[in-house]
Amino acid sequence: MMLLLFLWQTLRIAAPYLLAAAGGVVAERAGVVSLTLESFLLSGAFGAVAASHWGQSAWIGVLGGLGAGLFFGALHALATVRFKADQIVSGVALNLLAVGLTRFLLQMGFDSSSNSPRVPGFEGLGHPLLWLGLLIMPVLAWTLAHTRYGLRLRAVGEHPQAAESLGISVAKVRWVAVLASGGLAGLGGAFLSLDQHQFTDQMSAGRGFIALAAVISGRWQPMRAGVACLLFAAAETLQIQLQAAAAIPTQFLAMIPYALTLIAVAGVVGRSRPPAALGRA
Amino acid sequence: MARTAWIEMLFPPLVALLVALVAGDLLILAYGQNPAAVWHLLVDGTWGNFYGIGQVLYKATTLCFTGLSVAIALRAGLFNVGAEGQLAAGGFGAGLAGLLLPATMPWFFAFMLMFLAAALCGSAVAAVPGVLKARFGAHEVIATIMMNFMVLALLNYLVAAHLHTPETLHTQSIASGLVPRLSVLLPVFHGSAANWLIVLAILAALLVGVVLFASRFGFELRAVGLQVGAAENAGISVGSTWIRAMLLAGALAGLGGLNFVLGYKGFYEDGFAGGAGFLGIAVALVGRNHPLGVVISALCFATLSQGGLAIHALVPKQMVEVLQALVILAVAMAVPEVRTRLARSVRGKP
Amino acid sequence: MTTLAIQMTGIDKRFAAVQANRGASLEVAKGEIHALMGENGAGKSTLVKILAGLQPPDAGQFFVDGREVTGWTTPQALTAGVAMVHQHFMLVPTLTVAENVVLGREPTHGLRLDRQAAVQAVRDLCQSSGLQVDPNRLVADLSVGEAQRVEILKVLYRGAQVLLLDEPTAVLSPPEVAELWGVLRRLQQGGATIVLISHKLDEVMAISQRVTVMRQGQTVQVLDTAQTTAAELARAMVGRDVDLDVQRPENQAGKPLLRVTQLQVQGSRGQPALLGLDLTIHAGEILGIAGVEGNGQSELLDALAGLRPYQGSIKLADQELATLSLSQRTQAGLAHVPEDRHQRALILDYSVADNLILGKLAEFSRRGVLDQRAIAAHAAELIAEYDIRPTDPQVPVRGLSGGNQQKVVLARELSRSFKVLLAAQPTRGVDVGAIEFIHARLRQARAQGKGVLLVSSELREILTLSDRIAVLYRGRIVAMLPRAQASESVLGAYMTGAAQAVTHG
Repeated sequence: MMLLLFLWQTLRIAAPYLLAAAGGVVAERAGVVSLTLESFLLSGAFGAVAASHWGQSAWIGVLGGLGAGLFFGALHALATVRFKADQIVSGVALNLLAVGLTRFLLQMGFDSSSNSPRVPGFEGLGHPLLWLGLLIMPVLAWTLAHTRYGLRLRAVGEHPQAAESLGISVAKVRWVAVLASGGLAGLGGAFLSLDQHQFTDQMSAGRGFIALAAVISGRWQPMRAGVACLLFAAAETLQIQLQAAAAIPTQFLAMIPYALTLIAVAGVVGRSRPPAALGRA
Repeated sequence: MARTAWIEMLFPPLVALLVALVAGDLLILAYGQNPAAVWHLLVDGTWGNFYGIGQVLYKATTLCFTGLSVAIALRAGLFNVGAEGQLAAGGFGAGLAGLLLPATMPWFFAFMLMFLAAALCGSAVAAVPGVLKARFGAHEVIATIMMNFMVLALLNYLVAAHLHTPETLHTQSIASGLVPRLSVLLPVFHGSAANWLIVLAILAALLVGVVLFASRFGFELRAVGLQVGAAENAGISVGSTWIRAMLLAGALAGLGGLNFVLGYKGFYEDGFAGGAGFLGIAVALVGRNHPLGVVISALCFATLSQGGLAIHALVPKQMVEVLQALVILAVAMAVPEVRTRLARSVRGKP
Repeated sequence: MTTLAIQMTGIDKRFAAVQANRGASLEVAKGEIHALMGENGAGKSTLVKILAGLQPPDAGQFFVDGREVTGWTTPQALTAGVAMVHQHFMLVPTLTVAENVVLGREPTHGLRLDRQAAVQAVRDLCQSSGLQVDPNRLVADLSVGEAQRVEILKVLYRGAQVLLLDEPTAVLSPPEVAELWGVLRRLQQGGATIVLISHKLDEVMAISQRVTVMRQGQTVQVLDTAQTTAAELARAMVGRDVDLDVQRPENQAGKPLLRVTQLQVQGSRGQPALLGLDLTIHAGEILGIAGVEGNGQSELLDALAGLRPYQGSIKLADQELATLSLSQRTQAGLAHVPEDRHQRALILDYSVADNLILGKLAEFSRRGVLDQRAIAAHAAELIAEYDIRPTDPQVPVRGLSGGNQQKVVLARELSRSFKVLLAAQPTRGVDVGAIEFIHARLRQARAQGKGVLLVSSELREILTLSDRIAVLYRGRIVAMLPRAQASESVLGAYMTGAAQAVTHG
């Protein structure tokens, strides 16, 4: 029973990580840095609650989360693909924008500085995005390996000039990838807020960066990134369950994903090689 | 040549200003208020009276330090997203040193020790990504972000578990070495948090300028940032330059922590950084990584921050957070665009 | 005459400071192998890139099969069957051969990428063209010769009828070159039209039916290969009679300065690149290293300069270099004109004055502060001495022409106190006027009793300047000849592995 509870909580924590990390894999494999995942999650969470409140339906909420993520994805693509803005700067700006804009709209729409009213959401295992989260990595792995778009995306992330010389539009491939990244992570945000039936200020709380950490620790491979998400979520579950026992300060448990990522980027445990064109316009 | 250089420098901030004005108007209208009234209130609440000016100067002081931190690292080709954690660590170092020093210690010695503690703690946090980059080629953006989370968690633990005064998340007050407010000599600033550390911030900007453009180390640092291969070929040790640049960047961000701890509250409080480190990226970007530009742009961003409080009666103060983000995005888009268009116009033909 | 496969007229193209093409033209008949010749920087690659749709011309028109296609894009060119095989490979290393070949025009089966069809298509192409490569291997694991085959397969897969090859033999070994000629002839029999960029006389004579010669961005002559001679081509290329036997004072080989013994170095992919190499450079001597690119030249230079670890010994005036850092080697008396000017030699955004003090910072700073007055005086002096233009020391080097950029590098390196100069491709991408200037400076260094190691892919340059010539082939010195015993044909025989290893003098 304890084990089932543990598994259930782990999955619930992992779902937004999985969706956001899937978005991260797609964008980074196409050569676009994904510091934006945090903003996609936060805007997605707000978009979902706003739409669910307006339509009085959790399913409309899902669409709202998707839409908000796509909107932020479009901003990132516009800045980095069209205008060749520095991808890191754009990421930092969008993260600030998501915090500011959701707060502004929270005040404007719900007259509160901290949280929205209760809206229709999903309960437990009936949360469709939970299942999407569990399925997304295998689907993504298959798409990258076995479809025409997957092949082009990998080529664009490794050697954009080569792709361009064969008549592939690098800009188009990256637009699609960044939009998909926004949509997926936006759905991750929608999972969060629809699971809790409300939006709270800054409710993404760094999950976008943990998802990015999972992408890097997973060496940009969907399945490995998925495993990293599950491990991070399990560590978090452990942290919550140990809170009462207080054997280890919770702050130290919270550091685990970040420390692992530091080790991963340092290449101490095997070399982790990012896509060759990552970050380059 | 000179003309294009000016266009390249001034055009992006102008675009950013325009974007901020238009986006601001839209947000204000969306909230059902009159843009003119809100803008008026914003100017009035910042540069319209000495209290407002004092608050702007106070906020600009921290932003100046974090902006310089990001700028000097970027000149070495490193993106320091970790100024937030370095700032917090610097403040913590000063606060902890203040607690340990005897209350009877003369002001100057107490201040110098806390100054050193802040710089060292900031440097220590920045050293990790610097060394990982130099030794293993680990990407500094990821490393600095991870360090932010780890440092903030660690500081939170140290304060919450060991150092806080009951019912709060801050340490006990520091006895000696506090920095007086501007109002001590200039009573018009009464009530504002502006303090004499602003002089230190300006000195820091000057020093960074001298180091970057007049010293051998600055020459090497910029060379590494512009063309790693050529710098290496010229006998410059790339790894050690990276590490030194990060140490300097960390020290600068760490010193920013003095502003809150010694200039304002007189103690360390968990979470005091509050995004000033991230905003340092914006400050450096808009200031084009030039010390003078950083000072000016720190004042602009401080004005927006303080202005948010001033307009809160009419529109939510979060509006300025939106504007700040849009300014960064607009500058980031305008810089490469201006560069390619200029390059095209120089060639003469479309 | 039937309609031409390619007709280009009045093509102009300018890059920042360089006018790459001025009124250039090119006419190629259907089904011929047409060579486009010229020295480095003559504008051959630019012209062909315009034809392939990689960049639009500033002025001029061009036609393919009689249809005007001026300024078309790469996809349009590909659709019309015009494709380029690049000098620098455009291959994705993390994908397989088959994936690289079909990229952009992938066979699919429903949603699914049809990998089997891709592999089969590559096998069929190999069969019909005579190019041999395993479709399932990762491109990262291929040799350069194999990688080039993949480049050609890519073009064939797209059904290209017009193939544009940019210096395809630069990286190939002699048997691979012979194989390539076989493939091209086979393609020609199949009806393809081929444009081959080259600056090697023997290649052009061997494979082409007609030759277009370019000089300084212009088309200067079109010749039937069968009715011309190598000498005539060389004259057309350079614009005057080429006298390879410049009179020069016999040098008195001085004492040995740099002694390399049993040098072993690994290449970037960990493959053995130098297999026990011995050479000595004497005072007052230019030692030329001839060889097809990729036979260990870069690795030799890297090891000498301190950019790559090595086994064996390198002694500069009896001091072992192995443990010395780059700056210590400079102090020990090594000057270096690197192969890759933009990545290794210059900081393009730094001014001329600042680039002139790279690697000499200790001389121009006191207690960590730069001495701006000394830097300015140093710059003024060298700008005048080396005739660097523009003469403003504060202009970023980015804005200079290739020749002037190289003069900046040369000025900096030759103004050090050095014993031995490593000069790698010193005139690559440099205009003709600057070439003669640079050559004169290298001779002057020799006259001053310095040792010069000259690595160049230009045989004529090697023959013009060197006192002794070493031929590098597959990581070994296969011949060490005094200048008097060397000629293009003799060197060519060693470079291609046709002649066996010998050492004279």
